[in-house]
Amino acid sequence: MRNGSEVGRMSSPQPFRGPDGGRIDRGRTLAFTFDGRRYRGHPGDTLASALLANGVKVLGRSMKLHRPRGVLSAGIEEPNALLCVDWGSGLIPTVRATAMPLLDGLEARSQNCFPSVNFDLGRVLDFTRALWPAGFYYKMFKWPDWRAYEWAVRRAGGLGRLPGGADRTGYRHLNGHCDLLVVGSGPAGLGAALEAARRGEDVLLVEQDMEIGGSLLHDPMEIEGAGSDDWLAAALAELAGMDNVRLMADATVAGAYDHNLLTIHDRSAAWRGDGAVESFWKVRARRIVLATGAFEQPMLFGNNDLPGIMLAGAVHKYATRFAVHCGRRVAGVLNNDSGWRSLLAAHDNGTTVCAIVDTRSDLAPALLDAAEERGIAVHRGATPLTARGSFGVQALRFASATGPVRQVDCDLIGMSGGLNPATQLYSQAGGKLRYDESRHCFVPDRDPEGWEAVGAASGSFTQESGTPVRPCAAAPVRTGGQWLDFQNDVTVADIELAVRENYVSVEHLKRYTTAGMAVDQGKTSNLGALTVLGQLTGRTPGEVGTTTSRPQFTPVTIGAIAGNRRGDFYSPPKRLAAHDWHAAEGAVFDDYGSWKRPACYGPDREAAIAREVLAVRQSVGLFDGSPLGKIEVKGPDAAAFLDRIYVNNVLTLKPGRVRYGLMLNENGIVIDDGVFVRIADDHFLVNTTSGNAERICAWLEEWHQCEFFDMQVVQSNVTSQWAVATLAGPHARGVLQSLPGLIDLSTAGFPHMSFARGRLADGMPYRLQRVSFSGEQSYELSVPSNRAVPIIERLRAAAGPGELLPIGVEALMVLRTEKGFVHVGVDTDGTTNPLDIGFGAVVDRKRRDFIGARSLARPNDRRADRRQLVGFEPLDANASVPAGAHFVAVSNGTRRSEGFVTSACDSPTLGRTIGIGLIERGFGRKGEEVLVYDNGRNTPVRIVDPCFYDPAGERMRA
Amino acid sequence: MLRIPCPFCGDRDEAEFRCGGELPREIPQPGVDDDAWSDYLFNRDNPKGLVHERWCHSFGCNQWFNVVRDTVTHRIHAVYRPGEPRPALDGPCATAAKSGG
Ligand SMILES: [Zn+2]
Repeated sequence: MRNGSEVGRMSSPQPFRGPDGGRIDRGRTLAFTFDGRRYRGHPGDTLASALLANGVKVLGRSMKLHRPRGVLSAGIEEPNALLCVDWGSGLIPTVRATAMPLLDGLEARSQNCFPSVNFDLGRVLDFTRALWPAGFYYKMFKWPDWRAYEWAVRRAGGLGRLPGGADRTGYRHLNGHCDLLVVGSGPAGLGAALEAARRGEDVLLVEQDMEIGGSLLHDPMEIEGAGSDDWLAAALAELAGMDNVRLMADATVAGAYDHNLLTIHDRSAAWRGDGAVESFWKVRARRIVLATGAFEQPMLFGNNDLPGIMLAGAVHKYATRFAVHCGRRVAGVLNNDSGWRSLLAAHDNGTTVCAIVDTRSDLAPALLDAAEERGIAVHRGATPLTARGSFGVQALRFASATGPVRQVDCDLIGMSGGLNPATQLYSQAGGKLRYDESRHCFVPDRDPEGWEAVGAASGSFTQESGTPVRPCAAAPVRTGGQWLDFQNDVTVADIELAVRENYVSVEHLKRYTTAGMAVDQGKTSNLGALTVLGQLTGRTPGEVGTTTSRPQFTPVTIGAIAGNRRGDFYSPPKRLAAHDWHAAEGAVFDDYGSWKRPACYGPDREAAIAREVLAVRQSVGLFDGSPLGKIEVKGPDAAAFLDRIYVNNVLTLKPGRVRYGLMLNENGIVIDDGVFVRIADDHFLVNTTSGNAERICAWLEEWHQCEFFDMQVVQSNVTSQWAVATLAGPHARGVLQSLPGLIDLSTAGFPHMSFARGRLADGMPYRLQRVSFSGEQSYELSVPSNRAVPIIERLRAAAGPGELLPIGVEALMVLRTEKGFVHVGVDTDGTTNPLDIGFGAVVDRKRRDFIGARSLARPNDRRADRRQLVGFEPLDANASVPAGAHFVAVSNGTRRSEGFVTSACDSPTLGRTIGIGLIERGFGRKGEEVLVYDNGRNTPVRIVDPCFYDPAGERMRA
Repeated sequence: MLRIPCPFCGDRDEAEFRCGGELPREIPQPGVDDDAWSDYLFNRDNPKGLVHERWCHSFGCNQWFNVVRDTVTHRIHAVYRPGEPRPALDGPCATAAKSGG
């Protein structure tokens, strides 16, 4: 990598660099490589200007046809010069060389070519391009099957390669506010910033270039009677001296959102090999001044994508800002005065222009005089036909005004098809554009609230150029290899094809031809494409309209948008208070919702689950139930409120007692289940499914605040305040009772579905409820979360060495499946009502209204052929069927699904496989044999009651 | 991203809120027929222009309130508490909203 010093000693002339001038630091030399060859440039260069200074013209291959491509522009709109670069940062693909600062030791590589950029086998696609018109992929790869082609198409598609390894760049998110945000630091932007700053407004000026100054950096002019260099220096000094002004360079306003929120991609600290940081700002601005300038548009002629064909403004910018003269004999292809200005200025700064071909006949005398003074041949009223050359321009052919075809020899073509304001952000913010006939471009028309466009972004080009801009003739349409979109290889012929196939809406055109997609988002192609579309369909560009602009304005690193939200920060995992204790016991952790919980203890999953299940069935197991949702509901109306929420009767529950309940949504669908406890007359504890506490708490809040706001009740989610140790199994009571200070646990004093609270002998507060999800005698002991480990250790000690086995979530799931207890969200889905899972009697007993009640009275909710909860046993006791497999009915040779398996397991208790599921008319089908289909296998099963174990419930009440 | 005036906390970013959707009609009495019930459950007006919505400042005060928002301009014209009558939107606001298409 860092071989800069070694390269620095090499003598490496920069044959296209002028002897003086430019805003580069000639005192220092930066060494870099392109495709393995070594070159030199200077601080102040972009990667593109340094390559051009070294005479490198072919930088890459086009996306689809693999045609050789060189630099088109000198800015962010670049569609061609997309390289893989590495400056110690790791490989970064598809970087625009025109917007990438030259760095010492930088390695750049061409993309989309094999074996090399100068000899690319993919070029065969170009030589046969008649076969690959727009939309070819929709037509050609259908027979016999898309999958026969997919691998090749995937390999050929896209640009660049994904970097490997971890991303070494740091990303951070920052927030800001300002009175005025100015986008762009040319004369218009600086002027707006100065004016507001002098009034005392809080001003943020954002410039995407590494240097503040915009067009003044390459196109000096007179401002307020002074040279712009002096004016710029004075303006920067004044702004730097004001506390209410912030200047950001090398930062792009990437998105404009509702209520004047703007996002800024700040790369100013990104160019370090180590410790690189990209910042992503969210800034809320009272006002926005858009001073983003305008994008010059290409001209249409044959082979206009050859390396050595650039925008006229880019020829100018390279000549003045970088002292790079991109060609030795430059020909101009123009239709407007702005292009003339660029080429004349480039000529005066050392880039020799030999001829200008202008599509207009009536040129201003001043232009003709200027050309004559400089010895530039002018061809007015001419039609550019084609550029000749294979890896670089050698000549330009054009039809002269009088008809004959003529040719000028040249090694560079500077073209200008007019300017189009950079209104992308304006449109994102909801601003409306208007087509301006005289300037052939789209200009801001209706400002979004707080927005204003100034300078070239508003369509006032004269302010910049100082010379009047002539109407730009739209290029005549001719068939052939005239490129509209260089990056995506979209030609005029593709638009013609799209029109023939009736893709005449500009949005359809974009998707069918891919014009305006990918890195540059059509900054140099949208206007051309919709103009051609208009000409082919007899509409003005204004009638055709533009495609919708969306964020991002220029490519933004995905990491910058993600910021810190990666790894564990993407979705922070919740750990149990006793996490480390479980880990020491050999727990295998899985993700259950956002919780990391022990799935089982020990590396052999099946054996561990069986061992844990049998421990609960035969002696006692310890389960960490802390994630169980716990919501306190309190107030004079607490019972009445919950009676509206639950399907079950809440009013009749006595203090100290526990009841199982279902919650429905208004559509009558089961959304949660669990027990609720009446702690006191006005005080309830609502248990929700683990991982569902936030959602249910928010659900209760919404109902209370929005509909039952007259009720006096408060609720609070206390899930993480209490750790829950569940003891389950025939020996549970014996172990628990040995904790000093606990109440009497005898079944007479503390039967199943009881609740108590108090303090242990050492003062530790506890809550205890006798409920069971396993079907065994079971106690859920809650203590403050920070006492989780001590209570577990004491229970263990009470049980005696090796007697209290920890059990994981998977064993509990087997235990509850054996009991046929539903797990909401697993055994139910978004169509399951309480009647479907056997709670019809509870529903019908409740006389008062509750959420979802009315929906359960609809005929559809009471249809006899609804899917209903059943258990099933495979006829072969060892046959396993996975959850999700379908119950299949076969009649008259046709097969249809009658439902599906929701839970299935290998039951250690019963010594066979079992399952539960939802099947049509299930309640009436006990004993029936049906087929379960999974992945090509049919397994015969017998439908049974969903409760496989202790159906009378004697064990859990014991 | 909207800037929403929470009636309890003041202006905050949309990211702090949860949108509960268009304000439902009043909950019908349990005895209504199936058509009226399904109309209440499933149908919303989805207007172009002013819409009354429920929002919760879920990463702030956790209070629900109602917002009058223009679906075209996203301008927020009023906020009010559940149970309060719908505010009368007079003059320029309402007019601007109607012409905002
Ligand atoms: Zn609030």
